[in-house]
Amino acid sequence: MHLYRAHVLVCAGTNCSLKGHRAVRDALTREIVGRGLGDEIKVVETGCFGLCEQGPTIVVYPEGVLYCRVKAEDVPDLVGIHLLKGRRVDRLMYREPTRPVAVQTVPELDYFRKQVRVVLDNCGVIDPDSLEEYIGHGGYTALARALEDGPARVLAEVKASGLRGRGGAGFPAGLKWEFGAKAPGPIKYVVCNADEGEPGTFKDRLILEGDPHRILEGMAICGFATGARQGYVYIRGEYGLSISRLEHSIRNARELGLLGENIFNSGFSFDVEVRFGAGAYVCGEETALFESLEGKRGEPRIKPPYPTEVGLFGRPTVINNVETLANIPAIVNRGAAWYRSIGTDTCPGTKVFTLTGDIVNEGLIEVPMGMTLREVIYDIGGGIPGGRRFKMAQTGGTSGGCLPESLLDVPMDYDKLAAAGSALGSGALLVMDDTHCIVDVARVFARFFLHESCGQCAPCREGTLQLHHILDRFTAGRGSREDLALLGRLAKTMAGASLCPLGQSVPLSIMTTLKHFEPEYLAHIDDRACPAGTCRPPAGGMKPAAAGNGRRGY
Amino acid sequence: MSVALEKLPSQLREQRLKEVDQVILRHRDRPGALLTILTEIQDLFGYLPEATFKPVAQALGIPVSQIWGVATFYTLFNTRPRGRHMIRLCENAPCHIQGTVAVLEAIQRELGIAPGEDTQDGEWGLELVSCLGICGVAPALMIDDQVYGNVRPEAIPAILDSHR
Repeated sequence: MHLYRAHVLVCAGTNCSLKGHRAVRDALTREIVGRGLGDEIKVVETGCFGLCEQGPTIVVYPEGVLYCRVKAEDVPDLVGIHLLKGRRVDRLMYREPTRPVAVQTVPELDYFRKQVRVVLDNCGVIDPDSLEEYIGHGGYTALARALEDGPARVLAEVKASGLRGRGGAGFPAGLKWEFGAKAPGPIKYVVCNADEGEPGTFKDRLILEGDPHRILEGMAICGFATGARQGYVYIRGEYGLSISRLEHSIRNARELGLLGENIFNSGFSFDVEVRFGAGAYVCGEETALFESLEGKRGEPRIKPPYPTEVGLFGRPTVINNVETLANIPAIVNRGAAWYRSIGTDTCPGTKVFTLTGDIVNEGLIEVPMGMTLREVIYDIGGGIPGGRRFKMAQTGGTSGGCLPESLLDVPMDYDKLAAAGSALGSGALLVMDDTHCIVDVARVFARFFLHESCGQCAPCREGTLQLHHILDRFTAGRGSREDLALLGRLAKTMAGASLCPLGQSVPLSIMTTLKHFEPEYLAHIDDRACPAGTCRPPAGGMKPAAAGNGRRGY
Repeated sequence: MSVALEKLPSQLREQRLKEVDQVILRHRDRPGALLTILTEIQDLFGYLPEATFKPVAQALGIPVSQIWGVATFYTLFNTRPRGRHMIRLCENAPCHIQGTVAVLEAIQRELGIAPGEDTQDGEWGLELVSCLGICGVAPALMIDDQVYGNVRPEAIPAILDSHR
């Protein structure tokens, strides 16, 4: 095996590739070969480092120096100064908002120091297309151990770990697996829910792009523990790179006998097929996903029966989110006690969050459950850009709740966020500064649900339409106090009477904006004014704002 | 614009329908193959021609109405010919607060079409869509299979040009 004196890791996640990582990679390779360093320095494309806003990012090892916003023009300096002379290129290094000096290396960054990487352990470290690198980092040892331990011990370990489903509902994964294992019948399925559609969420995409084998290993372990031989990954049709990496990884794993017949000569056989969605948010709901996998409209089924009794093609099915499955290899290898040492009592482990909106470090992070919203936004996220003021944070995506400044110290786990009137959900975190209008944003939430309601049940189909009408009237300066009361009644009806979590969760986002920002609603209704200066209707129902900020709704 | 199958000369139409038969043959024995089959038919024609529904329905043993149901349920499927290049602009909250409105206005200025419409010359179609999962670089849009992030209104003409 050839040893290199330095490795240059280039992030090839979707976000960095949109910022031109290929040009940087090609320039690096050209420059390194051109200077005759091809035998000394290796350029590796990896998954996401997490600092998407700073992309394209690269890390130079062995020192671990992080360079941000790298352009092809910077490459001669990087090679000439860093890789040849051993000095750092100061102008490309990451600067923390709170510290004027450039940060030297990856471990020194506040951004990384507060993170605990279990799920993202390999993301940004290994070449995701290389099965050998995954194995080199301990990959597939958990599957081997599981096959030795037997299904009962694997089940017990996952149950004891306290892992809860990371798709949003937080149901104990071990319990779900146990139901699946106990379900009678010769044919069962494992389904990986990669239909990531919650606005503001892109963790599953980056996990699949950065470490696809971890998901396949997690699925195989689940199949072994529950008695399933066939797995499906249901993934959004829009996730081109995730799809191609997954399919490539499945082929490689089959070639080495890590998927397919008689894995490790254990007698256990398991295979995985990738299926694509065709654009429907509701298919993230597990029973709607089954309908879609069966080639039908993605309309949710009435539960019970639950998927572990009657799931895909009418068979018992264990369905887990990408992030849930990504936790499994670490739990099997390191044990439930280790896992429980991270996070909170009721929510052990870590959570991957995606930071979006008005926050300095937009991107992907993984922290122990129970970290406060304030720590995530300010210590890791770097705070609000441009010296503007925090207005609200929405946890759990568009189906989650909005929290004002007074609730910034809430610990982020399933139970504490629910108690604070919001939801952890998929881990999306949208931060808004005070230049945005809360009513305008609530209308955008409503429009999303209107667009994505599947139309099967009346409370959701009609409710989302009426909600949008009401919020539209508010932003156009035509709302009334009666509308406000109607909004409340409608939300209550939808929460109680909708068939699936889509309709049930619609009120949460909209009603929390009303709960915490009622004066702003009243300004739109009583004064016909938008305090943020965003709402600017065509027919002039709204007074011009005292101080416009250039942002507009539509 | 993708040419409507019905408007093709009959000989060519027959030929193209044979390609559909190939798609059906490839997938008909897999359970739940309808979405895969429709995706590939759309790849062939740029939309889902009604004339292809009957052979698919017969092969899978399902009513044509079920195909209509599926074809109109998912946002990536079109049941009429659309612009040769489809622009899908995310309109959800993370993109919205980072400036989707201005990007939409720039596209409309450039092409003169509203969401849901296609240009007269059949080159462009515009849709507002839900989250594309690249919110780290909002505002985001897709043109055909290509994704764009951190899109600024002033960049729109150049982005569109690169697909012309």
